[in-house]
Amino acid sequence: MAHISVLVIVVIITALAFDFTNGFHDTANAMATSIATGALRPKVAVLISGVLNLVGAFLSTKVAQTISSGIVNDRLATPAIIFAGLVGAILWNLLTWLFGLPSSSSHALFGGLIGAMWVGAGINGIHFDQVISKILLPAIASPLIAGVAATIATYLAYRITHRANQEPVTSGFRHGQTVSASLVSLAHGTNDAQKTMGVITLTLIAAGALAAGSAPPYWVIATAGLAIGLGTYIGGWRIIRTMGNRLTDIAPPQGFAAESSSTAVILSSANLGFALSTTHVVAGSVLGSGLGHRLAQVRWSVAGQMALAWLLTLPAAAAVGAVAAAVATRGTAGVVLIGLATIAAAVALYAISRREPVTAGNVNDIRPVVEAFSTAT
Amino acid sequence: MHIDWAALGQVAVVSIGVAVAVVVIFSFGILALSHRDTDIDRGNTATVALTGALLCFTACAATVVYGIYLIVPQLHH
Repeated sequence: MAHISVLVIVVIITALAFDFTNGFHDTANAMATSIATGALRPKVAVLISGVLNLVGAFLSTKVAQTISSGIVNDRLATPAIIFAGLVGAILWNLLTWLFGLPSSSSHALFGGLIGAMWVGAGINGIHFDQVISKILLPAIASPLIAGVAATIATYLAYRITHRANQEPVTSGFRHGQTVSASLVSLAHGTNDAQKTMGVITLTLIAAGALAAGSAPPYWVIATAGLAIGLGTYIGGWRIIRTMGNRLTDIAPPQGFAAESSSTAVILSSANLGFALSTTHVVAGSVLGSGLGHRLAQVRWSVAGQMALAWLLTLPAAAAVGAVAAAVATRGTAGVVLIGLATIAAAVALYAISRREPVTAGNVNDIRPVVEAFSTAT
Repeated sequence: MHIDWAALGQVAVVSIGVAVAVVVIFSFGILALSHRDTDIDRGNTATVALTGALLCFTACAATVVYGIYLIVPQLHH
């Protein structure tokens, strides 16, 4: 690694920062329902999830060798374009976190890269057919499948156990939930940490520090795993609250049904080569577990906000990525400018979040985040 | 553009099938445990209920082990 430029180091740091936001954005996917039902104490839940994400990162580096599963042309990517794409993804992740909206970190990353690529390397750098078959289709199909599974499973779980003594039933489902939530965390670590490893590895290849087609070096796997594990442990409490408490009210049988459905969908699709967003799957499952018990319990307005955030994620991250690329590809000064602007925006968003903090202590108090947010401002 | 509808259908059938099966079996396990408590309270033997519960939980544990097998690539290469 003789000639690693400052730009490459900046890209690596930015990639790790994205990985960190990816972690705290997605803690909710594995742990929100366990926290909501009291199966795990909030701090314990995020610790388990963080550790399993770290472990997962070391287990699998299979997809780390492509930056984005063929959605953009990796050969045309320069460090500046990758940097701009990451900036788009980080800013969108932070904004949706502020509003407590569980949006897909994968979509944010793909969106950012698409936007940056479009401006930096031209429209030929994007494979639109891949965008449809690998992003759009799974985004629609996976929450539906998870939702149907969770609805049926929840209905049957209540049907089977409703005459039994409720105390052992509740505690039994709580125990089951802990296991299924841990599986989701592990699967998340094996998938999501790899995206960052892929980004860093490709940057190193583009800079000539690694031979083309190299596997991620050990330090890349370790830092990416640590970043996502740490992010997960910090816990995106605002998003956990939305997923666990605001979308629907979750009792242990529903939580268990939802977690099992998410695990089944994530594992079966990964096994058959579908890249999907854990966020979409889990939201579908949680919604389904609400439908399977009492139809009226689902708060459709929250579900609507969430669906809107999903639709906006890719184009919004793409727009930020495009703007960032327009500046960053002009040279070192451009990269520095975008870097400083990103840090400033991140600090500002964090400062706004402190006005109405959501923590491990108040994550189960139900109060609409958007409403709380507008009273605070 | 190629969309593999067959694979998508397979994901749907497999995941719905597995999720529902695990939850149903686990629910029966819990039901059996609860019957066991009632049996003991009434002074009856609870061997049948206990065996049923153990069978159900073993089946669920096997599914979890298979899940870990699928997650960890080192196990199936």
